[in-house]
Amino acid sequence: MSWRYEKDISGCGLAGIINTRRELINGKVIMKSIALQHDRGNGLGGGFAAYGIYPDYKDHYAFHVMFEHEKCRHEFEHYLKINYQIDREELIPTRTHPKVPTHPILWRYFVTIKPDRPDLKEDEIGDQDFIVKTVMHVNLNIDGAYVFSSGKNMGVFKGVGYPEDIGEFFCLENYDAYIWTAHNRFPTNTPGWWGGAHPFALLEWTIVHNGEISSYGINKRYLEMFHYTCSLMTDTEVVAYLLDLLLRKHNLPRELALKALSASFWKDIDKMDKRERTMFTAIRQVYGSAALNGPFAILIGHNNGLIGINDRIKLRPLVAARKQDTYYLASEESSIREVCPEPERIWHPKAGEPVIIDLEKEVK
Amino acid sequence: MVKSTIPPMFQVVVDKEKCRKCKRCVMSCSYGALGFTDRVVPDDKNCVACHRCVAMCPENAIMINESPLAYRPHASWTVEHRQGILKQAETGGMLLTGMGNDKPYKIFWDHLVIDACQVTNPSIDPLREPMELRTYLGSKPDKLEFETDKNGQPSLKTQLTPNILLETPIVFAAMSFGSISLNAHRALARAAYESGILMNTGEGGLHKDLYKYGERAIVQVASGRFGVHQEYLNQGSVIEIKVGQGAKPGIGGHLPGEKINSEVSQTRMIPIGSDALSPAPHHDIYSIEDLRQLIYALKEATNYQKPVSVKVSAVHNIAAIASGIVRAGADIVTIDGFRGGTGAAPTIIRDNVGIPIEMALAAVDDRLRKEGIRNQASIIAAGSIRSSGDWVKALALGADAVVIGTAALIAMGCRVCQKCYMGKCTWGIATQNPQLTARLNPEVATERLKNLIRAWSLELKEILGLLGVNSIESLRGNRERLRAIGLTDSEANILGVKHAGE
Repeated sequence: MSWRYEKDISGCGLAGIINTRRELINGKVIMKSIALQHDRGNGLGGGFAAYGIYPDYKDHYAFHVMFEHEKCRHEFEHYLKINYQIDREELIPTRTHPKVPTHPILWRYFVTIKPDRPDLKEDEIGDQDFIVKTVMHVNLNIDGAYVFSSGKNMGVFKGVGYPEDIGEFFCLENYDAYIWTAHNRFPTNTPGWWGGAHPFALLEWTIVHNGEISSYGINKRYLEMFHYTCSLMTDTEVVAYLLDLLLRKHNLPRELALKALSASFWKDIDKMDKRERTMFTAIRQVYGSAALNGPFAILIGHNNGLIGINDRIKLRPLVAARKQDTYYLASEESSIREVCPEPERIWHPKAGEPVIIDLEKEVK
Repeated sequence: MVKSTIPPMFQVVVDKEKCRKCKRCVMSCSYGALGFTDRVVPDDKNCVACHRCVAMCPENAIMINESPLAYRPHASWTVEHRQGILKQAETGGMLLTGMGNDKPYKIFWDHLVIDACQVTNPSIDPLREPMELRTYLGSKPDKLEFETDKNGQPSLKTQLTPNILLETPIVFAAMSFGSISLNAHRALARAAYESGILMNTGEGGLHKDLYKYGERAIVQVASGRFGVHQEYLNQGSVIEIKVGQGAKPGIGGHLPGEKINSEVSQTRMIPIGSDALSPAPHHDIYSIEDLRQLIYALKEATNYQKPVSVKVSAVHNIAAIASGIVRAGADIVTIDGFRGGTGAAPTIIRDNVGIPIEMALAAVDDRLRKEGIRNQASIIAAGSIRSSGDWVKALALGADAVVIGTAALIAMGCRVCQKCYMGKCTWGIATQNPQLTARLNPEVATERLKNLIRAWSLELKEILGLLGVNSIESLRGNRERLRAIGLTDSEANILGVKHAGE
């Protein structure tokens, strides 16, 4: 009975940094920024997403996976070997850390999809759809195994603890990325569970989220119509799946997809010119069940940039800043000033208006 | 005729001290329960407890009591069964009744409770923040496509089929002109028009005087095809094929000739005084593919400008039936539960046939989602929505909008005496008797209906606010915000809700 999954209720702290020229930022920077928001969490979840960290394997899908025991790792690897060419597999490097007394088994795999994978006999779906299918399958059917991330040239590092401790545990000072996001979690109703920490990821999309999605019940049922299974016991995962659905499957222009999630008010739609009114009316008619309602601030990382978005009456904080080619997004201004004391510009994004920062085109 | 030996249900007590013999009560009573000699003389057996006399008495001198007459108690042979048999032994006829099922079946609305925000998320104050109830009924595509012009400006490429806007997700129930008076029909039409919702003509056409409110009307096409012509179809904004009614699934209707006066006759397109018989099935719908033909015939007749609804009663296989209806091309499915009202139905059918709307609605919403076609049609839930609490729960279970019939009648003055089928409604609603219909002032009735819609909408906004959401889309189908109290696991499972405390 899929509707029996618990929803995660949490408050949180967020931080994100991006260099639009793909200049690499060391993991220490993001750890310092999120550490300042220590009090926004309660030690039950911290995590990071990093983009550009695997340049040597940038065309491989990088699976970061947690296993609660060896048995499920064998089961997972059996499934993986049937469907994927594994070019590298290893334990994710970690250090012994006094604040992280226990942890699951953490592995990463750099893989490509086998052109002759067995499921092609019955189902002709594309590569990305197959990755989504893999993630859904593992999370739902392999008891004890959870996929943290599944994109290219990126990865998610997360666990139970304060983010600064989790960052040290994962030796993030050894990673350089051009996009970082970080999360400090204050869950109030779910047990400390490594899979439940943020970021949530699917393909290249990573989500860190402060808030509660009060519309979760219908968002989840809407996603189920498109065969997404919400299995991670949290409301945040619907954001990842909705983005995947709207952007990748439905191919909506990005600004409009974000407007489906953080919907324009009818009073504003009514004042628009005909072209816009038609467009936004249709978005609300067709994607009403995808609209996220309730208090939220969300950072969305992807291979080409970083997006920050608030609910439409801004019930959770979000601050943005810029210095030269580096942009910062965070729950608190102090968190930005901690790593960038004198930004050129600092602003408070308006409710429901996304902040979209894209990387410059890659120079080949 | 032999005098009936059935004891009266009610006892009319006139306080002789208070009564000043003005005879208003006597004139008010159309059921013959009050006579006058040198004083007011009640005839208890005719009293239906409609309260008209009580309301009209300037001295508050009248009291209606349930008859204290004792029957030897029997858990199986209840008074009602005994009385029914006595009546049938006297008359040889089917027992008739009006309004919805009055039996004490489990009412699932009363076993569902609503969530609220506390601490971890803020509730929203509807007095300070926008709270959006706007709803569009009709088919929606699976996804939208956009195109970008040379300046990079996007515009909508997908052509949507017609949708109808409701300012608040509620519509008035199908109640035909004939079963109710023109004044009542006028009040419903005008209140719907002025509140930005919809009325439903029912199966009796739309009187020409009400065409001006047509853009806020669902025009019904039922098995008798009464009042159906092209102009009528084009007056409405939604066309509804009535297949069934919750109070009487699977049977037809019968409006007695006495109710067919000149106005009803013209609107229905049948001779004055002739009985209006609606067949049990549509004689051109004997299967789902026939339904498809009728849906498309109606779409053709109105140039694909109007959504088509199909109304069915909630029966055992409602989920599969609804799926078939959506696949047949309906833009809206209206489901009428077994507590839905009626102007006249055999009591035995009203009280024993069909399933509750709560179960039917949950099952249909689930099925359409499983089949990936939920977006292709809106769901309207009907059958005893008694308050905005029921309304919220219906929306959370998955309805796009709800229907109110009995609640609207009560707003106009009805006291639910369940004698609509007699044509003697003392409140001027379910009657065509000109002396009685004159009692319903359509202006006043319009205001009262508008007040009800306004009051419930305010309550709905308040509930959205405490749920921490500010648009109706975030409540619709959001069963996570409901919990069950006192339901079995399988009941909760069918409704798709957790138990309280889970």
